[in-house]
Amino acid sequence: MKKKLLLAYSSSIFLLLISFWFGVSIGSVDIPLSSLWNEEINPRAFSILWNIRMPRVILAGFVGASLAIAGAAFQGLLRNPLADPYTIGVSSGASVGAISTIFFGISIPFIGSYTIAIFGMLGAFITLITVLIFARLIDRSLKMETLILTGVIFSSFLASCISLLTALSHEELKPIVGWLLGSVAMRGWSYVNILFPFLLIGSFILWLNRRELNVMMYGDDRATALGVNVKRSKYAILIGGSVLTGAAVSVSGTIGFVGLVVPHMTRMVWGTDHRHLLPLSFMNGASLLIICDLISRTIVAPEELPIGVITAFIGAPVFAYIFYKQRRK
Amino acid sequence: MLKVEQISGGYHQTPIVRDISFLVNKGEFLGILGPNGCGKSTLIKMISGILKPTSGKVLIDGIPIEKLNPRQLAKKMTVLPQMQSNTFSTTVRETVEIGRYPHQSGFFSSWSEEDEEAVIKAMELTDVLKYQDTNLEFLSGGERQRVFIAQALAQSSELLLLDEPTNYLDIAHQKQILDMIRKEVTEHGLTVVSVFHDINLASLYCDHLLLMEAGSVKAYGEPHEVIIEQQIMDVYEARISTQAHPEQPKPQMAILPDFEEQRKEKSVSLSNIQKGEDYIAFIAEFPLKVLSSAVHNAGLGWYATFINRTVPQEYDIENVKTEFLQYIIEKGFSPTNTVGMMTAVDTKKAVMKEYLAPFGSLIVIVTAGIGGAIDVSHAYERTAYQTIGTINTWVIINGKLSEEAFVQGMMTATEAKSKALQTEKVMDKLSNTIATGTPTDSLLVAATQQGEFMQYAGPLTEVGKMIGKGVYEATVEAIQIYKREMER
Repeated sequence: MKKKLLLAYSSSIFLLLISFWFGVSIGSVDIPLSSLWNEEINPRAFSILWNIRMPRVILAGFVGASLAIAGAAFQGLLRNPLADPYTIGVSSGASVGAISTIFFGISIPFIGSYTIAIFGMLGAFITLITVLIFARLIDRSLKMETLILTGVIFSSFLASCISLLTALSHEELKPIVGWLLGSVAMRGWSYVNILFPFLLIGSFILWLNRRELNVMMYGDDRATALGVNVKRSKYAILIGGSVLTGAAVSVSGTIGFVGLVVPHMTRMVWGTDHRHLLPLSFMNGASLLIICDLISRTIVAPEELPIGVITAFIGAPVFAYIFYKQRRK
Repeated sequence: MLKVEQISGGYHQTPIVRDISFLVNKGEFLGILGPNGCGKSTLIKMISGILKPTSGKVLIDGIPIEKLNPRQLAKKMTVLPQMQSNTFSTTVRETVEIGRYPHQSGFFSSWSEEDEEAVIKAMELTDVLKYQDTNLEFLSGGERQRVFIAQALAQSSELLLLDEPTNYLDIAHQKQILDMIRKEVTEHGLTVVSVFHDINLASLYCDHLLLMEAGSVKAYGEPHEVIIEQQIMDVYEARISTQAHPEQPKPQMAILPDFEEQRKEKSVSLSNIQKGEDYIAFIAEFPLKVLSSAVHNAGLGWYATFINRTVPQEYDIENVKTEFLQYIIEKGFSPTNTVGMMTAVDTKKAVMKEYLAPFGSLIVIVTAGIGGAIDVSHAYERTAYQTIGTINTWVIINGKLSEEAFVQGMMTATEAKSKALQTEKVMDKLSNTIATGTPTDSLLVAATQQGEFMQYAGPLTEVGKMIGKGVYEATVEAIQIYKREMER
């Protein structure tokens, strides 16, 4: 058991470091690691590295980590393998908020480039509150069926809002579609800075509930009988996961697949225990998105593909392979 | 330990459980019985604090459960709900470890030696230790159920609430789990409240039973005070019959099916008799209810074939059971459907009589050997045991007898036999008094269990009169045949 855990953590950390290294050093300009700390050797490389490449890779890692850990927590909470961070509709709320700023050309003075992200978070926050209030109105114990159905209702409503905005747009169409497909390009350090506190808080909330997630897999009644304050844990996990998702979507658009599949892959390889599933998903999500971003900007260089295309493009076959291997055992 | 005071409640506005009170002491096993939908599971949910009662109180060690926080409550009481499932695959060990949740606290939960011991012990008691690293999805329903019971045991609380714990289990594992729980109750003072579907299991293992009907208590008490034929029939609306357990002073019940088998007007007569070289057999086309003191398949049961077999004087009585079984198989009879007797008399000389009676008819078949006849009132003077010389009597009735009628029928037949010995002046050679029978007499009373129902079979009932007359006449005749044979 201990050996397996050691292997799980060391391989995930190794994967993350490798991804990070590749992500930083490979690109339209190959940058040797030696220029990392030394500006004198190659001032141009130093500048690309610290101003463009580094924030991009870190943002990709943060977004991947946020979505993956939120997905792992939601799947456990909702006891549903098809759940992902987008299930309860918070991401659609974030998208509506973000797209509105593009559509209406809103730009708030002083915060300028932050506007999209701020509006995205606002959208996410409003959606989360509405979903929770609505679900509570239906049944006070927040049954998982209620949550999933409420999420479906809100997601589909908000999705039609997105479609409406897209359909009505003219010259804003390209930025809207680009945003919807998801990207971590040209965001700079400011977006990393925005996401960081939410990543920290959200992940911490989820991690605090790791044992409760393990117990709640056996149903609310059994969890109650085992001494879990089910309602409190549900709220905590919903809020933690939504904070992560809302923030991630606000800075990068809706990047699919990571939140659904990384927890699954991690679970299949390393097991269901949330004490380890959460941190491992966190790391693997970061690695996957860094690699996907790397591919999206190098494969048809100098053009860039939307990262959302790549995640599924790579993720699906990897998932299929692991699934096959696992079942054949 | 657990005190439930007048609780009522349910879902929405309609109360499912009404005004239930009971007390369970430490080291006691209470079974909750009742038909589907009577509120058993709702009651368990209210006791466990999952569902709030609309009125009434649940106290554990004198403390109302709402005064305890969830973790404290979980340390005192374990609840194992009816259905257990998990969407994601976990290993057996991980699943059992979940039971330690209430004992873990702190920012970084540390796994103590106590936790480890409790988990290992729980897996040992439920016999799942050998699967500890297997994923739950690869286990059968019964194995999985045992894993969840292990999870409940790992919680190490003094009070265990179970909802049909033996669901999905085969009888070996039902027994294993309930034996184990019973042992924990008796030896370590565990207190258990469990819902049961199976009335017989509940009766066997519980100290007290609570029978529910439509949300209220119908009966409460020891198993024999609750498992009462009429009461169970009323509550479950099903025909049953209660009987004694062979080993324990706990009543057991049997379901009485309501299908009338297509055996209309089937009856037996002397034409069912078949005589072989060394036996006489009565072969019916359907099983009869039989009470007998035979060699093979004695006691109460349902059998279609009765045989009475001649054995030589020097027959080895030591291996009689296996030898007789062998004999039945050799002759082509079914060992599980045949009652077998034996005698040293030639069975070709058996006396067979048929009597018509108001209720139907009655057949009597007797073989008599009176070489060893004794007077039962002087039997205590004898020291040696002798086995030769036997009167075998069969009474076969076209009619339906109650259980007491069977017993009375045997008494009546025995009295008639003694009377026949008296008429024929058969003597006990040692005491020189009139004999009452032989030391190895066998008697069989069989009934088709169709037609008229007869509650009693004493000497003055219609059937008793026929038994008396038939057995007496046949036995007298058989003794006379025996005497003639002896004179030759």
